[in-house]
Amino acid sequence: MSATIALALAVPLGVVATPQEDLDTFRAYFEQRFPNTSMDDYVNGIYSIDPTSREEWVAIEEFAPYELNIDNGKALFETPFTNGKSLADCFPNEGIGVRQNYPHYDLERKEVVTLELAINECREANGEKPYKYSKGPIADVSAYMAYTSRGEKIEVEIPNDDALAWYERGRRHFYAKRGQLNLSCADCHVYNAGMYVRADKLSPALGHSSHFPVFRSKWGELGTLHRRYKGCNEQVRAKPFKPQGEEYRALEYFHTYMSNGLEINGPGARK
Amino acid sequence: MSSIKVRAKADGDVVTVKALMKHPMETGQRKDKSGNPIPAHYIQEVVCEHNGNVVMTALWGPSVSKNPYLSFKFTGGAKGDALKISWADNEGKSDSEEATIG
Repeated sequence: MSATIALALAVPLGVVATPQEDLDTFRAYFEQRFPNTSMDDYVNGIYSIDPTSREEWVAIEEFAPYELNIDNGKALFETPFTNGKSLADCFPNEGIGVRQNYPHYDLERKEVVTLELAINECREANGEKPYKYSKGPIADVSAYMAYTSRGEKIEVEIPNDDALAWYERGRRHFYAKRGQLNLSCADCHVYNAGMYVRADKLSPALGHSSHFPVFRSKWGELGTLHRRYKGCNEQVRAKPFKPQGEEYRALEYFHTYMSNGLEINGPGARK
Repeated sequence: MSSIKVRAKADGDVVTVKALMKHPMETGQRKDKSGNPIPAHYIQEVVCEHNGNVVMTALWGPSVSKNPYLSFKFTGGAKGDALKISWADNEGKSDSEEATIG
């Protein structure tokens, strides 16, 4: 808490900190909050700060529920489109080991592109129907691609002012209170990380997006990051935004930037 | 491709077997969008054999969830032994998978 107060005192009113300054403050806050957690363990979310549930999670990971999804994703990824091309043709390195490059700001298109968006754009460009964005085939393909990138470092870049505007939009969403319950993402995942909300412990926002798509026991299936964004908005009784719409892409851009330097560990299994 | 993923590990005399089976496990109670019931389709029997001898039989019903995960232990196995796990469902379909105890 004191780190955020220190920032408020140090930066004069009206001057916004740079993304790198935001990241440093963010990190410093969590280091102070959870001194026994090593930086690279944050990608394991709640299991990096709660030993009891970590034991259960380690047992689940021995035979992870998302294994079938990775197999299915691989099959979908390798199936050619009607026109003979496949997803491999739309991505660098044939789509293997590229997950960590998303989301990124596309200089030509002047917008943030996420992995799921890129997958569907590839499908549409080749005459195929796009997948739905929250679950099902999109999650399976994303899971396979994430799996091929395990261990790769997240390094989101903000190349120009327009990209910075996207970042700021995402940052504002993260810190803005919303919904009938008047809570922001930060209320739960920064200021109250490690505390209980009803019967669940809140995960720290640091390292949040690295393990998506996620097999969530609550869903009983694999789901994408934007599915979770939608769920979180609904949980505070706010109207959710469209998956892969601008708002959630901006949020994902900010959210992933905050995990710069950490490793991809998707797909993940969570409660 | 088999619908069963299986791993077995020996710890002294005790072997722990874990298996993930891909199966819809339809209860027969669900209805589709037009209101027609989706027919029941679930695994009724799971058998595990070690070196040709049955070490576990499971009798399942529609209450077991989709893509069931099974874990059990038995004694008398050792690293390198052959293990076979198979299932049969109410539609008469079946599948099996072999593994070596690690």
